[in-house]
Amino acid sequence: MGKTVVTAALARAASMVGRSALVVEVEGKSGLPRMFGQGTPDQSGLSYDEQLLRRGGGPDASADITARTITPDGALLEYLEDHGLSRISKRLVTSGALDVVATAAPGIRDILVLGKVKQLQRAGVADVIVLDTPAAGHAITFLRSAKGLLDAVKVGPINTQARDVLELLEDHERCQVILVTLPEETPVNELVETAFSLEDQVGVGLGPVVVNGIYADLDGLDADPTAAAEQAGVTLRDGEAEILAEAADFRRHRIDLQVEQVQRLSDRLPLPQVRLPFLFESEIGPDEVDVLARAVLDAIEVLDAEVQLGSPT
Amino acid sequence: MNVPDLDELVRDRRIIVCGGSGGVGKTTTAAVLAMRAAEAGRRAVVVTIDPAKRLADALGLDGLTDAPSQVDGTGPGELWAMMLDTKSTFDALVAKHAADDAQLQRILGNRFYKNISGALSGTQEYMAMEKLYELAEETDFDLIVVDTPPTRNALDFLDAPARLSRFLDHRLYRLLTAPNRGVFRAVNVATQTFVRTVARVVGADVIDDAVAFFQAFDGMEEGFKRRATRVQERLRDDDTAFVLVASPRRDTIAEATFFAEKLTEGGIPVRSLIVNRMHPRFDDGLAEATHQRADSLEGTDIGSLYRNLADFQLAASREEENLAGLADKVAPAPVVRVPFLRSDVHDLDGLRLIEAELFA
Repeated sequence: MGKTVVTAALARAASMVGRSALVVEVEGKSGLPRMFGQGTPDQSGLSYDEQLLRRGGGPDASADITARTITPDGALLEYLEDHGLSRISKRLVTSGALDVVATAAPGIRDILVLGKVKQLQRAGVADVIVLDTPAAGHAITFLRSAKGLLDAVKVGPINTQARDVLELLEDHERCQVILVTLPEETPVNELVETAFSLEDQVGVGLGPVVVNGIYADLDGLDADPTAAAEQAGVTLRDGEAEILAEAADFRRHRIDLQVEQVQRLSDRLPLPQVRLPFLFESEIGPDEVDVLARAVLDAIEVLDAEVQLGSPT
Repeated sequence: MNVPDLDELVRDRRIIVCGGSGGVGKTTTAAVLAMRAAEAGRRAVVVTIDPAKRLADALGLDGLTDAPSQVDGTGPGELWAMMLDTKSTFDALVAKHAADDAQLQRILGNRFYKNISGALSGTQEYMAMEKLYELAEETDFDLIVVDTPPTRNALDFLDAPARLSRFLDHRLYRLLTAPNRGVFRAVNVATQTFVRTVARVVGADVIDDAVAFFQAFDGMEEGFKRRATRVQERLRDDDTAFVLVASPRRDTIAEATFFAEKLTEGGIPVRSLIVNRMHPRFDDGLAEATHQRADSLEGTDIGSLYRNLADFQLAASREEENLAGLADKVAPAPVVRVPFLRSDVHDLDGLRLIEAELFA
């Protein structure tokens, strides 16, 4: 779905309007630094320590973009150390006992990560924190972990942690989930399902849906290449007309399919949409992130205008 | 040395494992491979990881269950489809190793046990392999094609059996359940402190459940371990072919490359690489030159037509660049490119379109 690309675009959009952003990644590896022109192809992961991805965005050049990883093991070590339990912390992780504990209380890994995010939000480390969650299926489990744990662990610090995380998730002013999809049949179906599950099972606030990878339309795709060439006074090579026609036909067909799927998404899910262009340049670097970030800001402007006009979105 | 192509794998092998990241069309690809085998006269079954409703619809089935259902309309062989039910596969495995019904019931009823299939990472991967082994040993299907969980971390996949064995044989458990055995006496005080601290963080109930589970499980670890070893051997058998499925996006290629490296390290060669969702290449032109031409004709219809062509030339060349390293890594395994399809798969004819591309 391009979840990490969209994460980068959201963080960059925030910095463009002067808000500092911290990106949190949870799987221990990410292409994010590369998207901001840092790291090498082989060495591009994030670490538990915060790393500056881009300095000084926005009107007064003060909005930094930073990023870090929060893994369950890392969050647990830190949690235990903060609670004066550093003596057992290393042992819990290295002995593999965390596996036992995590199985005994499912969701404990997730709550450790979310608990740390909540702590960062409270500490005000950045104006906005963008969390790149695990992929689709696991995202619901991930966000539902707080509720699940409240049932399993009735007392103690994990219970407190779960309670705080749930409070954060249910506070729509502090936290929103941005779902990302592609304008294709299966991703749209999955997104609609995920959206309803999240509202029903987690009670989390849903922000606009990001539809990623929309082919930009081009005027003139319907034109007959031979006639169009004549009109512009250029000569086509042998067979070139067929090639141009075939390529135009492919794009038109894909655009039609995409329009159909975007419409289907609108019909089935009453959430505003932010549509991001497909980038034929598949290597996402700082320039491409900027293009997407501007598309995010443009879309938000349109949505805001619609809200002010009171039109249904 | 003769390197088998995809068609030969489908005709000759007993087991094909499809691996790769999520969202690359792995499930559909697995189904098409099994369908191809059925058309070649074999009895084939495809095992998916989730209910795969869309695939069930396309196969004309009401839904997939953990027992194989036969698909009409393919032949002269047979095509069957089923899904992996992690929990029931695990239950069956426990039943196989339990000393008696009392032990089985104690385990199945334990709260900690009920969590394992959903919460212990790697369990789904392990059960996929277990189901595969069971089908290979206990049924007479000619070909078993198994879809695998979308694994970001290849190690999960390869390590799962060993990891579960380790887990079940956990030191913590032995220390907890055998407090007075001599060898452990020395570490016992420290362990008790450790366990008490863990209990303070997660609650004593949680620890009690875990201890009860490990007690109930006592004596079964050996059987589990032996089975896990056999499953691992089967994965490395010559009769098993591992097919890597990817898309040409840069990030999925990076994941697939990592996966291929880990498989090789684990002694499992990739026999074929299937790359879905490739952008079409309409000609051999270079994107940059075409772009310049489009720029010089800006504002005209022919300019737009060139710009469009340049877009696809760029996409296609980037995709080939992304692919190059991975293709080297899996060599001499053939690389099969499948273009973007015109629409989603809704029926057997849709699957046949993919088949035509896969075996072109």
